[in-house]
Amino acid sequence: MSYSATASHDEHHDHPTGMMRWLTTTNHKDIGTMYLTFSLIMFLVGGFMILCVRAELFQPGLQLVQPELFNQLIGVHALVMIFTALMPAATGFANWMLPLQIGAPDMALPRLNNWGFWLLPPAAILLTLPFTLAMFGIGDGAIATGWTFYTPLSVQGGLGVDFAIFSVHLLGISSVMGSINIIVTIFNMRAPGMTMMKLPMFAWGWLITAFLLIATIPVLAGAVTMLLTDRHFGTHFFDAAGGGDPILFQHLFWFFGHPEVYILLLPVWGFMPQILQTFSRKPMYGYKAQVYSLWAIGALSVVVWAHHFFTVGMPVPALLYFMYSTMAISVPLAVLFFCWIATIWRGSMSFETPMLFAVGWIILFGIGGLTGLVLADVAADAQYHHTYFVVAHFHYTLFAGGIMGIMAGVYYWLPKMTGHMYNEKLGKLHFWLTAIAFNLTFIPQFFLGLAGMPRRIPDYALQFTEFNQISTIAAFVLGLSQLLFVYNIISCARGGKKATDKVWEGAEGLEWTLPSPPPYHSFTEQPVVK
Amino acid sequence: MATHTEGQYFVPTPSLYPFIISLGLLSMASGFILSLAHERHKDLGYLQGPGEWMMIVGAVAVIAMIFRWMGKVISESEGGMYKKWEDKSFRWGMIVFICSEVAFFAAFFGALFYMRVISVPEIAAFDPDYTMYKDFLGTWPSTGPGGLVLGTEYTPPANFSPMAAWGIPAINTLILLSSGVTVTWAHWGLLKNNRKQLVIGLFLTVLLGIIFLALQAYEYHHAYTELGLTLNAGAYGSTFFMLTGFHGFHVTLGTIMLIVILLRSIKGHFTPQHHFGFEGVAWYWHFVDVVWLGLFIFVYWL
Ligand code: HEM
Ligand SMILES: [Cu+2]
Repeated sequence: MSYSATASHDEHHDHPTGMMRWLTTTNHKDIGTMYLTFSLIMFLVGGFMILCVRAELFQPGLQLVQPELFNQLIGVHALVMIFTALMPAATGFANWMLPLQIGAPDMALPRLNNWGFWLLPPAAILLTLPFTLAMFGIGDGAIATGWTFYTPLSVQGGLGVDFAIFSVHLLGISSVMGSINIIVTIFNMRAPGMTMMKLPMFAWGWLITAFLLIATIPVLAGAVTMLLTDRHFGTHFFDAAGGGDPILFQHLFWFFGHPEVYILLLPVWGFMPQILQTFSRKPMYGYKAQVYSLWAIGALSVVVWAHHFFTVGMPVPALLYFMYSTMAISVPLAVLFFCWIATIWRGSMSFETPMLFAVGWIILFGIGGLTGLVLADVAADAQYHHTYFVVAHFHYTLFAGGIMGIMAGVYYWLPKMTGHMYNEKLGKLHFWLTAIAFNLTFIPQFFLGLAGMPRRIPDYALQFTEFNQISTIAAFVLGLSQLLFVYNIISCARGGKKATDKVWEGAEGLEWTLPSPPPYHSFTEQPVVK
Repeated sequence: MATHTEGQYFVPTPSLYPFIISLGLLSMASGFILSLAHERHKDLGYLQGPGEWMMIVGAVAVIAMIFRWMGKVISESEGGMYKKWEDKSFRWGMIVFICSEVAFFAAFFGALFYMRVISVPEIAAFDPDYTMYKDFLGTWPSTGPGGLVLGTEYTPPANFSPMAAWGIPAINTLILLSSGVTVTWAHWGLLKNNRKQLVIGLFLTVLLGIIFLALQAYEYHHAYTELGLTLNAGAYGSTFFMLTGFHGFHVTLGTIMLIVILLRSIKGHFTPQHHFGFEGVAWYWHFVDVVWLGLFIFVYWL
């Protein structure tokens, strides 16, 4: 069985060049590159914002930023990091690697794919524009409610809230388009012989991510739409005077918000076992167990949302239900952890940069998961809620579990994507600086939280000073070390030692059968999987 | 799935339409925000005019690009670019898209159930000595704010009355259900290659869709002028207009899509074997139909 799988095979010679190439492209690798580049830029933007916040928190009292701006920076930092850094990075990998891994000529719906990307820059503009407008005396800056849009504050806020609402709409459309494309690609574009239970784990991770996006992103869109009508058209969804309820917003938001944390992580859980197996030179442990665990986590994640507002006042049976269902998630998650550890167990490991990140990731993300279990305890959460303990917890999951996972993926696939090896020494230095500075930034925050320091406040009591200073200094080291990452990526894209097709000795999977970099149209002949 | 032997997958050539649509949406969104900015920022009244212009320009760009994009899809389809393999992608894509729409409606239904079952009775049950919502009635449909709440004096509409289910809404239910029948009948015609049946069926479906929308518009007018039922009429008014309005918007889109399909059928597009365009729109229409049943039961009837 051998046949050519792309119609426009020879046509790319008359494809537009320069800027027009990127604006109009329908090629999955071009689009993947745009997603990844955009993500990296927004990562730096979001990082810059939060360094302003950490600078303010270096000392008690108000020095650098006023409370209004402080609130705006925190909320926009979170929205930027979640929606325009982490999610696009995962989608970028999906675009680049899914067709290669499943032996497809391209993504299933290429023009839609282009739209999915090009919705993102306008969304990022909407998110950040209010800062600029405020400089010209228009409005009072960006959204200042935190990333959660809680009512009634968000009903009262200025035009920054409207900008954020529409930004979320565009981001939502982009996610839905991306998910449609990924689901269809996985269902319909696999190489002959690749049954679902032979899917690469990355495809499984993304498939469930896409299902979650389809189920929850529209709910977020509905919630912010009701917020918009409450703000401007006199409805009473979140206003008790008319029979509505501000807490309704929290339910709707977190019905999206909790699955969102898995949306951010499942793609990473998909490719991480592939990295671990590559550098342990040993097959992945427990493929089926991992697939079933991913399904279980995906299903459970939509029924646990209220653990984010235990303290808001709920009937006791509801508290118990949300506590136990949340804790139940740690069972399949533990299965995954054991599979990851068993994959490297007694393997002949080598520690190139991707593997350093991968092993560090298991440990740090493990801390994130375990502290989450603490938060899920209703009685304990009464003390920890809305403190720096929560902040530390979700940075272990989102920065270590999310961003550092993505970094492992970047180092793993960069040689395949660019055709050059990155600078290994710099990569290792980047890992150690990141890992150490990350821990120094966030471990103190656990203790600050336990001692009672509330989050989202620009000032604090004197006894918290030392730990905040450690955290701020480490945060700056963390931020600056990312410049090494940027430098390494750029120089790798420009040149360097030629990468072989297989790149890594222990690499398995169809993407390693193509040249590095792969041809413009990936599998013009679909491979047959046995 | 993995058994496509008819050859190459069609990857469309580069296209600028998606990018321009995104710019159009950016312009519409910022224009909308600026045109309303004076509500929170008294000094920004001067942005209303420019904001409205940005909305118009953005909307024109979006609509024009959707037309060009769909035109391109149609010409590719008629040019024989789409075979079984591509067809399957479109089918899966449409199914997933409709699932996302279901989730969208679920958010508004969720708000309705929450308010009816939880927040409205709860606010009414507050101890009168300690609440600022003294005049709040826990009955459904609630009329919305009444009396003095947090320093604002609210007067509920004097002649308030909810929308009766067994008038226009019941007729609308019949209309939509029949339109589901006519579109299926048209599909049978297409399968038998009976073009006349196809065109007549589609024409009837479009007609029913338009009648539905006209009745809905009349109902809104009636609600605003005679029933005191407005967007501002508390929980009931909010959910009523949000749910029926969002649904009406979908019927409008569905009707436009049906008109396109009708015109294509008249032109001789679609074959008994190859007509995803028709089926995608029919699926969408059935989906809108089913949502209406939910609306009729939970918004109008119960
Ligand atoms: C076993 C796994 C996990 C459990 C049991 C868990 C539990 C919780 C709980 C109960 C809270 C609310 C704490 C509070 O506000 O008082 C919380 C907050 C949070 N979690 Fe997790 N979590 C887990 C994993 C994750 C993961 C994997 C992520 C992200 C990738 C994540 C991201 C977040 C975020 C962003 C917040 C803060 C929300 C806010 O703004 O208040 N969590 N977690
Ligand atoms: Cu959660």
